[in-house]
Amino acid sequence: MSTEINASLAKSFGLNAEEYGKVLEIMGRTPSFTELGIFSVMWSEHCSYKSSRVWLKELPTKAPWVIHGPGENAGVIDIGDGLAAIFKMESHNHPSFIEPYQGAATGVGGILRDVFTMGARPIANLNALRFGDPSLPVTKRVVDGVVRGIGGYGNCVGVPTVGGEVNFHPAYNGNPLVNAMTVGIAHKDKIFLSAAAGIGNPVVYVGSKTGRDGIHGATMASTEFDASSEEKRPTVQVGDPFTEKLLIEACLELMQTDAIVAIQDMGAAGLTSSSVEMAGKGGVGIELNLDNVPQREPNMSAYEMMLSESQERMLLILKPERTELARTIIEKWDLDYAEIGHITDTGRIVIKHNGILEADIPLDPLAEAAPLYRRPWVETPKPVPLGTLDLSAPLGESLLKLIASPDLCSRRWIFDQYDSTVGGQTVKRPAQADAAIVRLEDSTRALAITTDVTPRYCVADPYEGGKQAVAETWRNITATGALPLAITDNMNFGNPEKPEIMGQFASTIQGMKEACLALDYPVVSGNVSLYNETEGRPILPTPAIGGVGVLEDVSKAVGYAAAPGLELVLIGATIGELGRSLYLREILGREDGPPPRST
Amino acid sequence: MKAVILLFPGINRERDMVLAVRQSFGTTPQIVWHKETSLPPGTDLVILPGGFSFGDYLRCGAMAAHSPIMPAVKAHADRGGYVLGVCNGFQILTEAGLLPGALLRNAGLRFLSMDTLLKVERSDTVFTSKWTPGAIFRAPMAHGDGNYNADEATLNRLEGENLVAFRYADANRNGSARSIAGIFSPNLRVLGLMPHPENLVDPLLGGIDGKPLFDSLAAA
Repeated sequence: MSTEINASLAKSFGLNAEEYGKVLEIMGRTPSFTELGIFSVMWSEHCSYKSSRVWLKELPTKAPWVIHGPGENAGVIDIGDGLAAIFKMESHNHPSFIEPYQGAATGVGGILRDVFTMGARPIANLNALRFGDPSLPVTKRVVDGVVRGIGGYGNCVGVPTVGGEVNFHPAYNGNPLVNAMTVGIAHKDKIFLSAAAGIGNPVVYVGSKTGRDGIHGATMASTEFDASSEEKRPTVQVGDPFTEKLLIEACLELMQTDAIVAIQDMGAAGLTSSSVEMAGKGGVGIELNLDNVPQREPNMSAYEMMLSESQERMLLILKPERTELARTIIEKWDLDYAEIGHITDTGRIVIKHNGILEADIPLDPLAEAAPLYRRPWVETPKPVPLGTLDLSAPLGESLLKLIASPDLCSRRWIFDQYDSTVGGQTVKRPAQADAAIVRLEDSTRALAITTDVTPRYCVADPYEGGKQAVAETWRNITATGALPLAITDNMNFGNPEKPEIMGQFASTIQGMKEACLALDYPVVSGNVSLYNETEGRPILPTPAIGGVGVLEDVSKAVGYAAAPGLELVLIGATIGELGRSLYLREILGREDGPPPRST
Repeated sequence: MKAVILLFPGINRERDMVLAVRQSFGTTPQIVWHKETSLPPGTDLVILPGGFSFGDYLRCGAMAAHSPIMPAVKAHADRGGYVLGVCNGFQILTEAGLLPGALLRNAGLRFLSMDTLLKVERSDTVFTSKWTPGAIFRAPMAHGDGNYNADEATLNRLEGENLVAFRYADANRNGSARSIAGIFSPNLRVLGLMPHPENLVDPLLGGIDGKPLFDSLAAA
C-alpha cells in the first residue's frame, strides 16, 4: 500500500484526531495501513463500547447461579441438573436496512456462533424487531427481507425460532432494529472460553474461506445513516447457513475431545477482534502468518484479511499434540482447517504476509488505551400529565380497532415462516404462551424464554421504560410457571454524541438496574448498538431485554389455551394509566403523557 | 425392526427422528454418515430425516442423492427393504429416483411452518397399520419446497395403483398436485412425505398424532 498514513486517513477509518494521537503514542511511529485498520476497528464503538461502558458497569451481573457474566462471548447460568444455559442477544440493525435479507440472516448466524463457541448446542432462537411506518413501501420491503432472512438462516441451521416481538413506529423509518437472541445448552463443567494460553500452541482457523465481504462492517455500525448508506452495501456480509450448520456440528464434535485450549468466533472485525481478544484475555502474544489463511479470492492484502467479516469462521487455540485429531474432525465436515499462527510470550500481535511484517502492535495498550468516554448527557424532561381525556369512543369499536392495529395484530404471517418445531423439544410455540417453552433433551426441565421492551414508554421516560422492559420479561416468564433467572440486553439508541441521547441511555440503565436488583435478576450478556439515526433523527430508545427462566417440571408449563368454565382473575391494581398507551395512540391519535409506573 | 438414520451434512431433524423411533421401537437407531458405502448388517428400515442437506443448494436433495451411501440405500430398496423419507428425506428419495415426481417451491414462494391435517389414504401398509383408513391426523410442516408435482400420467398411476399415502386434509398450502403430502413405492415399502409426524409423538409437545407411524413400523 502506498497510501499515506495520516490523521486524515485515520478520520476516514473512524478515528478522531485524539484517538489517532493515541495510536501514534502507542506505536512510537506511524502505523502501517494494516495496523491503522486494526486500531480503527478495535476502537470502533461497536467493538470497544467506548460510549456505553461507563454506564454498563452499573448493571448488576452477579447471582449464585451466574457462571459467566458479561465479558465472555455469551452469558452462562446454572440451570440445575449439571446443565448451563448460554445466551445472548445481538443487533444487526445497520446491515439489515442496507440489505434486509443478508443483514438479518447474518445477524442470526453471528449470535448462534457466540453461543456454540462456548460449547453449547443452540436450542432456541428469538428475535426482537422494530420497523418503520407499515404504510410505507420501504417498510414492506424491509419487513419481508428481514423475515425471510431470519427464516432462511434459522430454518436451515435447524435451530427452532420460538419467539420474539415486533413493533412499528415512524421513528424506525430508515433504521429498523433486528435483534437476534440465541439460547444454548451445555454441561456446566464443559464451558469453552476464549482466553488463549500455552506459548507455542497453534492458532487454527476453521470454517469458510475469507473473502472481501464485510470489510469495515464494525465501523459502519458505528456511524449514522444518510442518503449515501445504500453505497455501503458491499460492507454487508453474506451468510451461508449450511456452512454454519457444519461448523456447529464440527465444533461440538471437537469439543467432545480435549483438543481445544480456547475458541472464539470471528464476528465483527473478524480475524482482528478474535485474535486480539483471545491473546489479550490470555495475557499472551499471538503471531499470524496470513499466507495460510484460506482465501476465497486471489491477491487479498493483509489489511483485507484482517478486517474481512466473512461469515462462518472460528479461531481456535489447540493443544499441539491434538492438531491431527482436530483436522480429521473438521475435514470430516468438509470445512477448511488451517494452522495460521501460534501463541507467543511477547504480549504483541504480529502479522506476517508474503514474508513482510504487516503489523506489530502491543496488545495491552491496544486494549487498555482504548478510548473510554463519559459523554455529556442531559436528563429527559419528565412527561407532562395527560390531563382530561375524551373517552367517549365506543368501547367495542375501540377494541376492534386496537386488536387490528400494527402493534397488536396477529404475528402469524411472520412466525409461520420460521421453523419453530425442529429439535423436537418445543413445548410452547409462538403465540401459545407468554414465553416460549423449550424442553431440555432427556430431562423434565425446560427453559422459558422471552424478549420484551416497549420503546414508546422508553422515549417518554427512559428510567420507567428501562425498568418496565426488565419487569415485563420477568412477568412473561413467571406467567408460564417458570422461575426467571437472568437477562441479556440489547441496547439500541441514537447518536451518543448528543447529550439528550446519552441521557436516554444513562436513565434507561438506571431503570433497568432498579428492576434487576428488585427481582434478583442479573444481566449476564448484552450488546450495544448506537448511532441508530437517519438524517439526524434518532430511533426510540429501545433496550430490548431477553429473559431466561427455568421450569423444573415441564408438564406444569402454562400457556394461553384455557378450558371453558374457568374463572378469570386479574392480579395487580389497575389505576387507569393511559399515558403512552396504544389506546391513546390508535383511538385518540396522541403519543404523549407519562408511561405506566412499574413498582 | 432395526432402523438406521442417514445423516447427510445439513440434515437437522435427525435428533427429532431418534426420539420418535426410540419411543416406539424401544431401541435407539444407529446414525449412519453419508460417506459410508454400506448399511449396517441387519438393517430393516432406512430413515432419511428432514433438514437442508448440502444447504438445499442446486436443488433440494439433489446432491445428497449422489452421496456415497445412496447406492447401498437403492440396493436395500431393491431387495424389498423399508425406506422412510421425511421432508428433505422425501426430496432426496425423489432425486434418487426411489420415488416418482418432484418437490417444487411452495406455491406462495414462502417457507411454511404450521400444523397441517393429513388424511391417511390406506392403512394396509407397514407404515400406516395403526391408523384406520381415512383417519385424519395432525402433523407440523416446515418446508419451503413441499409442492409435490409429477406429470399427469404419473399422478394418474399413483392414484390408480393406490400409492398416495397421505393427502392434505385441511388446506393445500404448498400447492401440491392433487393435495398429495406423501407417496408409496409400488411395493409399498418406500414412503416419502413432507410433514413431520416425528414432531408430534409426545403429549407435552402438543399431541401424539404422529406416533402411529412409528408404532406401525415397530409392530411390523
